[in-house]
Amino acid sequence: MSETVIDQPIDRSGMKVSDEVAIEIVGMNKWFGEFHVLRDIDLTVYKGERIVVCGPSGSGKSTLIRCINRLEEHQKGRIAVDGVELTSDLKNIDKIRSEVGMVFQHFNLFPHLTILENCTLAPIWVRKTPKKEAEADAMQFLTKVRIPEQADKYPGQLSGGQQQRVAIARALCMRPKIMLFDEPTSALDPEMIKEVLDTMIELAEEGMTMICVTHEMGFAQAVANRVIFMDQGQIVEQNEPKAFFNNPQSERTKLFLSQILGH
Amino acid sequence: MAGAGSFRREMLEAQAPPAARTGRLRWLQENLFSSWQNALLTLLSLAAILWLVAHVWPWFAHSVWDAGSLTECRAIIRETWGEGASGACFAVIRERWQQFLFGFYPRELYWRPTLAFVLMFAALAPILFAELPRRLRWFAVAFPGIAYWLLWGGPASVPLAVYAGFAIAFLVHRAVAARASELVALILAAAAMILWWLHLAGPVARALPILPLQPVGSSRFGGFTLSLVIGVTGIAFSLPLGILLALGRRSQMFFVTTLCVGFIEFIRGVPLITLLLVASFLLNIFLPPGTNFDIILRVIIMVTLFASAYMAEVIRGGLAALPRGQYEAADALGLDYWKSTRLIIMPQALKISIPGIVNTFISLFKDTTLVAIIGLLDPIGLTTAIRADTNWNGIVWELYGFVALLFFLCCYGMSQYSQYLERKLRTGQR
Repeated sequence: MSETVIDQPIDRSGMKVSDEVAIEIVGMNKWFGEFHVLRDIDLTVYKGERIVVCGPSGSGKSTLIRCINRLEEHQKGRIAVDGVELTSDLKNIDKIRSEVGMVFQHFNLFPHLTILENCTLAPIWVRKTPKKEAEADAMQFLTKVRIPEQADKYPGQLSGGQQQRVAIARALCMRPKIMLFDEPTSALDPEMIKEVLDTMIELAEEGMTMICVTHEMGFAQAVANRVIFMDQGQIVEQNEPKAFFNNPQSERTKLFLSQILGH
Repeated sequence: MAGAGSFRREMLEAQAPPAARTGRLRWLQENLFSSWQNALLTLLSLAAILWLVAHVWPWFAHSVWDAGSLTECRAIIRETWGEGASGACFAVIRERWQQFLFGFYPRELYWRPTLAFVLMFAALAPILFAELPRRLRWFAVAFPGIAYWLLWGGPASVPLAVYAGFAIAFLVHRAVAARASELVALILAAAAMILWWLHLAGPVARALPILPLQPVGSSRFGGFTLSLVIGVTGIAFSLPLGILLALGRRSQMFFVTTLCVGFIEFIRGVPLITLLLVASFLLNIFLPPGTNFDIILRVIIMVTLFASAYMAEVIRGGLAALPRGQYEAADALGLDYWKSTRLIIMPQALKISIPGIVNTFISLFKDTTLVAIIGLLDPIGLTTAIRADTNWNGIVWELYGFVALLFFLCCYGMSQYSQYLERKLRTGQR
């Protein structure tokens, strides 16, 4: 497991965890056919929290965050995002999805649209933002992720790291209240991981509520306020990063940490 | 410099590639005479081409353009080129080309299909070439009405009344959607439109005969006009219908899926000829007596349904080729089903499917010649009719060659356009 060193100082002044609930998951269960992927998940995320979810592959961590914006449907228990419960009501789902930004492992940019169009599409069609305004907004976010000069290119012409930063900008253009990251750096070359992590750190510094599935433990130590370890569809251990890494409680966590931090 | 380690002090600058090896001789050598086997194959191929040309060329060179019958043609060839010479008798094309193009359309009205043909390009241009202003697309919407009016004649109020149906549906939808749900509004709008078409459009159009043109019946349609009318209408309608069927087949709703799968499998499982025969002989039996359902319209419906089933499968292939991530990214941004289909999924799926779609278009266009079987006089039907004329009895190559040339020009055009479109839509350079 490669680990990217986070060496810059982190500005923690903007990172404030409020006591308002952003996401509430109670007794949530999910099956893929006969396979029980998520078992009795209970998780409360407060506004401003930066949560890193880790665990071995197949532990259900991606499925967990994909349930939060209904890319996967849970079968038991309840999930409420910003006070709105996820039901099969389509209007409700679209409402929640427009409040929750998501960044994928494989970027999933729209290859037939330019970078700028990728960013303005949802604001124009979902939020009904006038085109001019949406474009100005998008340029602002592209500047923030440091690729304004690529606005008129197509995703296929960009490097992986640039594409992932566009994907982050695209999600931000919807002004989401919560950001979900599903292994955002796993498909990137080592040299590009840093540029994406830096963007994510900036976002954390601004106080964004984030849930991040990642193996980047340096990132977890630098910005997370809580690390969650999952195995076999369950939350095995959660703690603030220092305690999590220095003093893990469960044997399973110790084994996992020794394997990924061992060298 | 001993030892395993080494390092570079200065990075190399990028250099221009070595000068390309050009020149015709080099090309010849590399492509045609690179080894003695290749040289042999090249010579053999050249010999075969020469032999073919030597045998076909005299046929063209001896062609006769001015004669009244095949016998006359043959006499002229014998006189000019001696006994035993063979030559083409293009006189038949010269005498009948108008029939090939317009069928039995009244001669003094030839300008109408010609004008419709020219306007067709004006209507197609803004659709085919995105660089043209979008406002021109309104003409593409108006074109079907204009073409109908020009081709079949009668008052312009008939197509206008048909368009009015859409306007009524739009107004009803807007009025109802404000007070009731979207679904109710859609159903009421569709009901109003159908009621208007069935019961009111006819009387209204008859009461207001604006700009009447001399009517021309479907029985006078023929030749290439007929092929184009059937082919172009079929193409225009089979694409949207195919898209809906493909989406329906992938739908989560049981009834929609079953209906679409049933339709596609049934239509694909039946020869087009069967459908055309049904259109020609059986459909009238099932319709209420007294209704006169135009034969060309019936054929267009069958051809469209047939092509749309194939189209649906071609587009389904494109949909299946899209990575799941595209659907998920669209969902995650909060786009609803129709928006993500229209903005994200379809543009990409259609782009992937371009070769298959154009393939279906081309085969649809060529399949229009099958209407000769049910007695419509398309170019193939006309060749039979012309050969039945005692003057031209026995003529084969010239007629079929001419028909083949016309079809080839159209189909090759479509193929070239599709390649242009593929090049234009290629956005990624990985």
